[in-house]
Amino acid sequence: MIAFLAKRLSVGLVTLIVASVVVFAVLEVLPGDPAQLMLGMNATDEAVATLREQMGLDQPLLVRYASWIGGLLTGDFGRSFTYSSPVLDLIAERAVVSLPLALIALAMSTAIAIPVGLFAAARRGKAADTVTMGAAQIGVAVPNFWFALILIYVFAVWLRLVPSGGFPGWEAGVWPGIKALLMPAVALALPQAAILSRVTRSALLEVLGEDYIRTARAKGMPRRHVLWRHALRNAMIPVLTILGLQFAFLLAGTIIIENVFYLPGLGRLVFQAITQRDLIVVEGVVMLLVASVILVNIVVDICYALVDPRLRSNA
Amino acid sequence: MALLEIEKLSLSIGRVPILKAVDLSIGAGETMGLVGESGSGKSMTALTLMQLLPAAAKATGRVTFDGIDILAAPEAAMCRLRGNDIGMVFQEPMTALNPVKTIGEQVAEGIRWHTGASRADAEASARRMLDRVGLPEAKFPLTRYPHQLSGGQRQRVVIAIACALKPKLLVADEPTTALDVVLQKQILDLLRGLVAEDRMGLLLISHDLAVVTDMAERITVLRHGEVMEEGETAPTLAAQVHPYTRQLAEASMHVPARPNRHAAHAAGDNLLEVDAVVRDYPGRRRSLFSPAEKFRAVDHVSFSMKPGQSVALVGRSGCGKSTLARMILALDRPTGGDIRFRGTSLTAKSEAELKPFRRNMQVVFQDPYGSFNPRHTVERLVAEPLHLLDRQPSPAERRERVAEALHEVGLRQPDMDKYPHEFSGGQRQRISIARAIITRPKLVVADEPVSALDVSIRAQVLDLFAELNQKLGVAYLFITHDLTVARAITDEVMVMHDGRIVETGRTDAVLDDPQSDAAKDLVAAAPDLKRAIRRRMVEQG
Amino acid sequence: MSAEPITPAASEGSFLSAALSNRSFVAGLIITGLIAAMAIVSFVWTPYDITRLEVANRMQGLSWEHPFGTDHFGRDILTMIMIGSRNSIAVAIVAVGIGMGIGVPLGAWAAARGGLVDEALMRFNDLVFAFPALLSAVLITAIFGPGAINAIIAIGIFNIPVFARVARAGALAIWPREYILAARAAGKGKARITIEHILPNVASMLLVQGTIQFALGILAEAGLSYVGLGAQPPAPSWGRMLFDAQTRMMVAPHLALFPGFAIVVTVLGLNLLGDGLRDVLDPRLRRER
Repeated sequence: MIAFLAKRLSVGLVTLIVASVVVFAVLEVLPGDPAQLMLGMNATDEAVATLREQMGLDQPLLVRYASWIGGLLTGDFGRSFTYSSPVLDLIAERAVVSLPLALIALAMSTAIAIPVGLFAAARRGKAADTVTMGAAQIGVAVPNFWFALILIYVFAVWLRLVPSGGFPGWEAGVWPGIKALLMPAVALALPQAAILSRVTRSALLEVLGEDYIRTARAKGMPRRHVLWRHALRNAMIPVLTILGLQFAFLLAGTIIIENVFYLPGLGRLVFQAITQRDLIVVEGVVMLLVASVILVNIVVDICYALVDPRLRSNA
Repeated sequence: MALLEIEKLSLSIGRVPILKAVDLSIGAGETMGLVGESGSGKSMTALTLMQLLPAAAKATGRVTFDGIDILAAPEAAMCRLRGNDIGMVFQEPMTALNPVKTIGEQVAEGIRWHTGASRADAEASARRMLDRVGLPEAKFPLTRYPHQLSGGQRQRVVIAIACALKPKLLVADEPTTALDVVLQKQILDLLRGLVAEDRMGLLLISHDLAVVTDMAERITVLRHGEVMEEGETAPTLAAQVHPYTRQLAEASMHVPARPNRHAAHAAGDNLLEVDAVVRDYPGRRRSLFSPAEKFRAVDHVSFSMKPGQSVALVGRSGCGKSTLARMILALDRPTGGDIRFRGTSLTAKSEAELKPFRRNMQVVFQDPYGSFNPRHTVERLVAEPLHLLDRQPSPAERRERVAEALHEVGLRQPDMDKYPHEFSGGQRQRISIARAIITRPKLVVADEPVSALDVSIRAQVLDLFAELNQKLGVAYLFITHDLTVARAITDEVMVMHDGRIVETGRTDAVLDDPQSDAAKDLVAAAPDLKRAIRRRMVEQG
Repeated sequence: MSAEPITPAASEGSFLSAALSNRSFVAGLIITGLIAAMAIVSFVWTPYDITRLEVANRMQGLSWEHPFGTDHFGRDILTMIMIGSRNSIAVAIVAVGIGMGIGVPLGAWAAARGGLVDEALMRFNDLVFAFPALLSAVLITAIFGPGAINAIIAIGIFNIPVFARVARAGALAIWPREYILAARAAGKGKARITIEHILPNVASMLLVQGTIQFALGILAEAGLSYVGLGAQPPAPSWGRMLFDAQTRMMVAPHLALFPGFAIVVTVLGLNLLGDGLRDVLDPRLRRER
């Protein structure tokens, strides 16, 4: 188990390092001189040169990469010139919107999908199965931002139950904050729940065809018991894989959904930073998201090992 | 009254009839052998009385177990019966256990469910049961997972699950087919002991007449879903009144005719020389920092073969015989030692340099289903080794050569435009042989070529091998764990154990009077129909 | 009892009959066919001229003249959806093509070579999967500028590891088969075995994955267009139409309805087609039926 963890962690670390090189390199080729962009078209050449020097843009690539990475490791993400504040502060300010949004959506999606998948698998081929899986099939096809528009129309414009967008800030209290995130979270979660419930059902059906299920039935275990005690745990492996992928998807999905609901989250931050060529902010946010995806994948791998003893013994 | 009474049981899945008016009865404590070839409906009979049939199956007739009408029993009643009064053991031990639960949990689960015992009590009885099936606590604690056990050990766990509550009837569906002969004997001995101690009835399902004769007091012969014959084992098999019973018995003991045995007078140069061959595989690492331990699959093996000779390489599963075969075929490279074919070393040759040797060295595999690309026609499949010829034949020549090869293995020319799934297992093995002989090789390596086939088909394929050996003078290296196959078709036998060859000699001599322990084990464990019938005759008068 | 394993349909006839009796496949085929037909028809005929703006007729509701209404410039929505379908389909096709064209050879190569090559590919996959696809698409379009071509590249890049993974997994399952050993005993090299034996046998998995990625491509393109990074106006695209509709939701909610429907129906059709294909092509599933 220790060896297994060590291997996963080192693979994750290497991936993160390579990812940082990629992020850095990609943003280097971004057209347009940030200093020029920042000062506007009619700035003097000297002013631009001075700013370049201040931003460290005149240093060689490798030095800039090293100082950037060094900063990241010590918690110094640099300073945004457009916002004139430390990037870390900006990120922290926005992450309190995006992270709860992604987590609420993930929790919703899981809480809906796994029971639905179990329900459909237990009633395989019956009307209930056909109806739920038909609905899931449609749910998979719905783009989350369109679903968001419909939700806004129904609940904000028509029924006037919730605001159509914006975020009051957590200072305004927990409930108003959650209320503002609820509809975006539903918009993100439902299409994902549709995918996850289909995966859960098919993983369960696959497992139910295995020999050991027949062994359990031959032991006298009733169907329901076999489904819960024998099939579910074995079916968790593909479900976990999809959950891991969905976390990455939900994080990125917040970019669009935050635009729909005018939420001041990381997605909007990165969006604005890209248009303003505020590279240091883009780099910081992207690295944060990549790191969290890698972290989630490590967690998923650990969950695999918890579920499946075979993975524990051969690292 | 009989414990189990099956009357006029008919079964169909969808519109396909599987069983037709099957009658069968088992008394308390009695062992009934149910024999038949694949597709005869043996397994479906077992699943019917467990009521574990696929959803599309429809059964009519009467199945009475211990006074309960099984076909009419509600699911809840069946759940009370299964695992409690009827236990079942399956064919494939590698997949029959839940990989994410410990063996203790899996044995105790049924005990708790049926008796309502506390966890501690159920675990205590699970421990006793595992001890009875030969998995003592000291070496096999309840916390073991299935993947930490070998195939034979897993089958013991499955038996422990089935017998944990001393059922009145145990159903064993080909319980040893996936195991080698030595394990087969151990498992059969275990079953025999448990059945006798707990006075269980046993329905033993097998395709192997010798196994059933050895185990069962009475026997039922099934074919295409119909009972051919039923009766006490010894008289039934001795008299062989029913033609199908006779056919089965004869096929089980079949020895192909091979009038001129090349080996006896084969002189001159060796066809194949294997010289101190070693093959290591990297094993599992114990920790992050220690180097991986090596696993030695083949350990300094040396032998030679003459042209036209037929040699058997026998041994238990995992003894390294298939690894050795792959190295001889240059599909895998030895870690050490040398393999020479017609005097030339193969071990350091590149794929291009190997071409002329491959032409003279072909292979037949065990699995008649897995050995063909399902998307290619028979023509393309059989013609594949023609790729090895220096001059590529024209399409017309190609077809001609394929037709000739098919003719030699007893198939017809129109067969070459069909796909493999259109053939039966035996026919596929013929196609496999046609592919192996199309380049007129000097050596064919056959890896368990008949062990997946039914006995009657097996006899025919063995005849074909013998005939081709006579006609084409091709040498065989037969890899098998089945001594009857070795005896039927080979002149010399090599016994392999733990990567080494421990005994060699003339086939009859080694099999009749084995010297090494490994060979003795194999011979003692090998089911032998004649011997089994003789013993039964003594018992049953 | 060893049941006869059912091998994949070898002849056209048995495949067609199996496919046509599969409800999902038939429904998917019909829907996808209709969408494709709509895209093709739009080249020669549309109800209205897309370039003609009739501001007087803007934001009309449903009528016989304009079955789906008109937008804020007075353009016919049906016409825009028809022309927009070309964009969606083209982006998704090319993106799937990029993914397959690069991913499949990579995956097959890694499976054939094993060892370091394989390890390197797996790490590359890890790396690409570590970037949330949409985030990276936003980055790519931001760097190279918004537009249909860059959207295609952005979506295509993320299809590469998906197809590489499917091809590798499929190939790894086939390499140990006995018919591969037989082919090696017949002196065939790895490249030749990959072409003759491996790829044809993973083709069905790739086809199924292709339909899934096609559907995801349509969704991704719509998302990018919605945030203004896909096809640029005046070229109509479904995602862009939804963006335009959002600000006018109070007055004309129907503007958001039909482009959304178009996306859902297209993606649904492709997913049904993929499901159907999987059932028809996967012999294991077919046996259960």
